[in-house]
Amino acid sequence: MATKVTPAVMRRGFRVIGVAIRSEPAVFTGALLASVLYGVTTVISSWALGWATENVILPAFRQGAVEIAAAVSGALFIVGVAVLKAVGVMGRRILAGILQYRMQARSRRDLSRQFLRLPLAWHHRHPTGQLLSNASSDVEAAWAPLAPLPMALGVVVMLVTAAGGILITDPALALVGFLIFPALAVLNLIYQRKLSPLVTRAQEVRAEVSEIAHESFDGALVVKTLGREESEAARFRVKTSELRDANIAVGRIRGMFDPLLEALPTLGVLAVLLVGALRLSTSAITAGELVQVSYLFLLLAFPVRALGWVLAELPRSVVGWTRVQEVLDADGSMEYGTAGLPGGAPAHVAIDAVDFAYVPGVPVLSKVSFEAGSGRTLAVVGPTGSGKSTLTQLMVRLVDPDVGTVRLDGIDLRELERGAVSDHAALVLQQTFLFDDTVRGNITLGLPVSDEEVWAALRLAQAEGFVSALPEGLGTRLGERGASLSGGQRQRLALARALVRSPRLLILDDATSSVDPQVERRILAGLRESSSGSTVVVVAYRMATITLADEVVYLEHGTVVDRGTHDELIGRCEGYRNLVTAYEREEAERVTLDADDEVMA
Amino acid sequence: MTQQTLQARERSSLATLRRGLSLSPEFKDGLPFTLLLAVVATAGKIIIPIAIQQVIDRGLGGGTPDLPFIRTVVLWCVAAVLLTALCGYLMNVRLYRSTESGLATLRGKGFRHVHDLSVLTQNRERRGAMVSRVTGDIDQISAFMQWGGLMIIVMVGQLLVATVLMVIYSWQLALVVWICMVPIVVFLPRFQRWVAAGFTRVRELSGDTLSAISESVVGSAVVRAYGSEDRTGERVEQAITRQRDAQVKAQKIVGLTFPLTELIASIAVAAVVLVGVALGLAGDITEGRLVAFLFLITLFVAPLQTATEVLNEAQNALAGWRRVLAVLDTPADVADPGEEGHVMERGPISVSFENVHFAYPGGEPVLKDVTVDIAPRSRVAVVGETGSGKTTFAKLLTRLMDPAGGRITVDGRDLRDLRFSSLRERIVMVPQDGFLFDTTLAENIRFGRQSAGDDEILLALTELGLADWLDGLPAGLDTPVGQRGESLSAGERQLVALARAYLADPDLLLLDEATSAVDPATEVRLARALEGVTRGRTAISIAHRLSTAEAADEVLVFDKGEIVQRGHHKNLVRVPGVYADLHASWVAAARS
Repeated sequence: MATKVTPAVMRRGFRVIGVAIRSEPAVFTGALLASVLYGVTTVISSWALGWATENVILPAFRQGAVEIAAAVSGALFIVGVAVLKAVGVMGRRILAGILQYRMQARSRRDLSRQFLRLPLAWHHRHPTGQLLSNASSDVEAAWAPLAPLPMALGVVVMLVTAAGGILITDPALALVGFLIFPALAVLNLIYQRKLSPLVTRAQEVRAEVSEIAHESFDGALVVKTLGREESEAARFRVKTSELRDANIAVGRIRGMFDPLLEALPTLGVLAVLLVGALRLSTSAITAGELVQVSYLFLLLAFPVRALGWVLAELPRSVVGWTRVQEVLDADGSMEYGTAGLPGGAPAHVAIDAVDFAYVPGVPVLSKVSFEAGSGRTLAVVGPTGSGKSTLTQLMVRLVDPDVGTVRLDGIDLRELERGAVSDHAALVLQQTFLFDDTVRGNITLGLPVSDEEVWAALRLAQAEGFVSALPEGLGTRLGERGASLSGGQRQRLALARALVRSPRLLILDDATSSVDPQVERRILAGLRESSSGSTVVVVAYRMATITLADEVVYLEHGTVVDRGTHDELIGRCEGYRNLVTAYEREEAERVTLDADDEVMA
Repeated sequence: MTQQTLQARERSSLATLRRGLSLSPEFKDGLPFTLLLAVVATAGKIIIPIAIQQVIDRGLGGGTPDLPFIRTVVLWCVAAVLLTALCGYLMNVRLYRSTESGLATLRGKGFRHVHDLSVLTQNRERRGAMVSRVTGDIDQISAFMQWGGLMIIVMVGQLLVATVLMVIYSWQLALVVWICMVPIVVFLPRFQRWVAAGFTRVRELSGDTLSAISESVVGSAVVRAYGSEDRTGERVEQAITRQRDAQVKAQKIVGLTFPLTELIASIAVAAVVLVGVALGLAGDITEGRLVAFLFLITLFVAPLQTATEVLNEAQNALAGWRRVLAVLDTPADVADPGEEGHVMERGPISVSFENVHFAYPGGEPVLKDVTVDIAPRSRVAVVGETGSGKTTFAKLLTRLMDPAGGRITVDGRDLRDLRFSSLRERIVMVPQDGFLFDTTLAENIRFGRQSAGDDEILLALTELGLADWLDGLPAGLDTPVGQRGESLSAGERQLVALARAYLADPDLLLLDEATSAVDPATEVRLARALEGVTRGRTAISIAHRLSTAEAADEVLVFDKGEIVQRGHHKNLVRVPGVYADLHASWVAAARS
């Protein structure tokens, strides 16, 4: 990872800055001009003081008289230059801020669009925490040099002006300046080279501390039920100690260089006094010029550091930029075709010789083929981990098959235009996800439907009762991931979300597991009555759900072992029989055992 | 809207500061010496004005420069500068060490306390907000402790020193400078408030942006399945734009206020030149002193220039402390009696509920007058419709919450009197959602008992009949489970959660629909294995299917927060009532 200020890093860093300049040329130019104004007026303000010393103060003391006009114009000169300087500072700060924040917003917007554009398969490979830090700390790091950049450029102008000024005043004093300022620059560079890897390291540890806290609080219930609070606290303390040490290491370097950087210009002023006195004794300069040069040294001491700030931010900027760019350059975004779907009758879905793997070499599905005719109900059954959920995701094109095709009404999903699949098919995921939005917003997700239609869907999903009991009904906000609701309630809202769309293809991925059998039965009855317009695919274990289906597809280890009606499969497929009759057989055994017990009694 | 519970208690800034500092005793380590070093380091700043005054007045006084005198002055000053730089270094190192140690302590305390809060309090808070209590909020304090706090001391010192010198050089000019500074002193607090308000808004909106992006990432499957990319994207973009606008606005405030001091300083310089010349003509001041005075103004104004920034940082630090204190001051309403708590002997466990009431804050009663005894070694099934109070019963029994009325005893002792370490060792619950940590399968199971070796983990999986499942995983025990265990299927996560609880070897195992997402064949195998391994222990299952209830020694039937029926399945099923209805629907679900 690039953490040091090397020539290569600097080149890449300047290229990143170049991107910002090209994106916001007007703002950058404005900031630069303001900063040049600031740089020039800073130098002039020392001349103003020198001029006042020479023409007002010293004559007054030496000759005991003063020209009123000279005194007043001296004062006006000082104030006038300060006004211009203030305007420069103001413009520079405001415009540099606008430059930085606009670029941040731009990158965030690009990133979030890309997050939404990239396929689910890409998301499976990239943890949430990483994507969030792309959008927060990486973006901030990438554009961090922009804040001090105009000031640094202004400082360059300032230094050139100052050097010219001192050179005109006295070459010998200029020599002091030419020793001190390069020394300051070199010291700054060494400082940043030593500091930036330590700062990067501290930043990384800080992210790790945050990750531990996040995960630990996320799993708070598990921590509590197993009484592991203390060991979790210990795990956290180990990381915070690392953070402490990393920060102290940063502090040691800062502590060493900051006083040095402050001392150097002070030493410069003392050198100016010494050399100046010598020059004064040979009348090469005047006392006013001596004051002016000393003042200039003091004025320059602080701004010169801005050069260091920009350099210091470059390595982090390059790292942040590279991380952001990796996301923006990620390919594999879903390609869409141009075909539309006619609508009307329930959809016909066909899966043909499909292979799929999340990790190459570990197939999840192989050579899966089956179809569900228009208006039919199909059950997908299989043991835990046999690839059922993946299959449901293929059917709504959350993922594309590695080999084979998935067709809706005879058209390959990949040939359909954007939005066509979700307009006609709805998947209720096993893992319910709710947005921090109102009940209504969570169900419509922006679909223009009336409140009546929302209520009808809620009624069908057996969610009408609890929603109407919420304080603000449909307008109730659900909070982060719907934390205020029970698992069963969340699942029913997710069902309503699918039902309100009257989809031509409805896919339920074990979507009633948190619901009591009685409630589930009511939901299924409702579905049967109203979903006459849908083809339904259900992933289920419950016999009641399975027997609703016209046909059953039985999966094992990612392959279709058998398909047919429930009765056919019970008759001829041993794996299927074992799976779905497990409860019955167990109960039968129990009855026999109980009977034996009673006989013995 | 999530209810905000960790409200900062109203407390004056001084009280917050005092209490905040007291939480990190390390801050005080060697503080007097650090302060002494700070004073010496600051004093270095007056070297230049004094040197200039001496050189002009005494070195250049007679028309020809007194070179030996000037050399002496400069050499002394160089020595002084080096000394102050050294003091600055030592001060910084000491300061970083003590403050970082103190903040690490504070993080640890905050983290621990979040885990000590009851599930009720935890669930009302956003996870992200709790995380920032131990990260970002504390980082805010560090900037103040390492720079701002010291700057206040340095600033006051610098103002005092500059003032004293100014008065010594010329009280009249000092008065002129003070009069010029009046507008700054008057307007500074107002500016500071604007700046602070601007930054507070920026922080809030940054949080909103992050949650909006996070939602679009965490909910990526739903967003895609429902084709709501555009709507979600728009929500995110709005948040980003709002954040940017607030940032620009805050920047404008800062940009407008910052140069003001610059302007006023120049007016002071001009005024000093004019008045100084007049005083000089009257013979009240020397030229060296007047020139030195001009340098002193820079010294005097600098603290005022950084004051906005320092005050802002002070405010941030106070806000950070307030938020951390809000966590630490939220009582752990389900508190561990700790050392005073009773430590139970291991062995079969009995439980009794005596007239237990419970209601969530501001809600309807969830449990009403529940009285029940559970004998040691018994196998109890808890049944009832969604919302009948089953999970609340489980949470009370494991003391995740305390009852509002009545009491719960374990082996005759009130649950509230038991030491947590002992309680959690003996009673373990497996919640429905098996949360896993982002590490390997083995580490997740080991979470149940840290000392367990891989052989014990394998044995536990084998005893539960899960050895075949383990063999099917690509890397066996070393299989990474992903964030929240999401690389495994929902059913597999439940298997891991169960193995984890079993490894903990509790005397009472409580299963809250812990195998609801597991396929029937595996579940039956698991149930049978559990029957074997929990023999001799007390086992309570919140049941979601028939056979669990049938196999139990006793069934507790919950309805609307009350136990309406209890007894053996065989007896219950014969009488009309809640259980018979539930049973009928189960039979229907299982057979159709």
